[in-house]
Amino acid sequence: MKEKASDIVEKVHPISMYLKVWLLLFLLSSFSYLVDYLQIQGILRWSFILFFMFLKAGLILAIFMHVIWERMALQLLLFLPPIAILIFILLINIEANYVYLNRLITLISP
Amino acid sequence: MTNKINQTPENTRWQSLVSDWSTDKQAFDMSSGKLMMWIFLLGDTFIFSIFLIGYMNARISTTEIWPNASEVFALTIAGHHIPLVLIAIMTFILITSSGTMAIAVKYAYQRDRKIAVYLMVITALLGVSFVGMQAFEWSKLILEEGIRPWGNPMGAAQFGAAFFMITGFHGLHVSAGVILLLIIARKIHRGDYDEKGFQIVEITGLYWHFVDLVWVFIFAFFYLW
Repeated sequence: MKEKASDIVEKVHPISMYLKVWLLLFLLSSFSYLVDYLQIQGILRWSFILFFMFLKAGLILAIFMHVIWERMALQLLLFLPPIAILIFILLINIEANYVYLNRLITLISP
Repeated sequence: MTNKINQTPENTRWQSLVSDWSTDKQAFDMSSGKLMMWIFLLGDTFIFSIFLIGYMNARISTTEIWPNASEVFALTIAGHHIPLVLIAIMTFILITSSGTMAIAVKYAYQRDRKIAVYLMVITALLGVSFVGMQAFEWSKLILEEGIRPWGNPMGAAQFGAAFFMITGFHGLHVSAGVILLLIIARKIHRGDYDEKGFQIVEITGLYWHFVDLVWVFIFAFFYLW
């Protein structure tokens, strides 16, 4: 596992950057906890949850895992395959709703 | 290697992509160890996604009431009933451990061996406390609330199976990460990487941040949803 010069260049960032991201992650986690604590319900609830979730995930990936400083070849390796997951979520969502509907019909039919 | 094509200036990210894939060289410009960690994490992403999708399927398709996570995971501390309090503390601990890990990587690249080892040990300790709290949470759910993988008194039977599978697999990842961190910290302390370079810290860090990343999704989908 030989280290390459390109691995080290641009890897040393000021500590303040990490502390800022850390603080931001703390704040975002508090916000998503507040969503539950204040019992916000309905569409507002999950749009908040998803918004904070994606922000947190993005910060961890981009800064802590250094993805924004990587070359595009690696970025695409990481972000293209999960499109299959999104399609799978969509399909299972349709399937699960269909199963739910069928169960309801079975329950109410004599 | 003084090929003319290798000297093409890379003005944009897309040009770097084209030159990485079209020139006669390795497509990913990094060490094999780091690339393998990324590919492993990509595979792990799919495993956790499948668990979460299975959970989504069970939750949508059940006609029974899904137990209210806010109530199930509430704790009574000093007479106050606080929803999800332990889970919130666990989230903050994992984020903090991610922060110390990121700073450890920075110091490792600055070849400051001592601070890097310290920070990795702190990260591992935070990881241990996370697993400890999870063990506490599990025993509370099993012994006091009567939640089992095949059923529970609060509602849909699939709740237990999904909960124990997803958080269990995540807890296993945290435990493995703690062991990995301690092994690597010991090897750095011993001076094994003084000549090879300290990229191993970044690779270990990638794994650790991924564990934190997965928790972000579990926290959102299982506990808050």
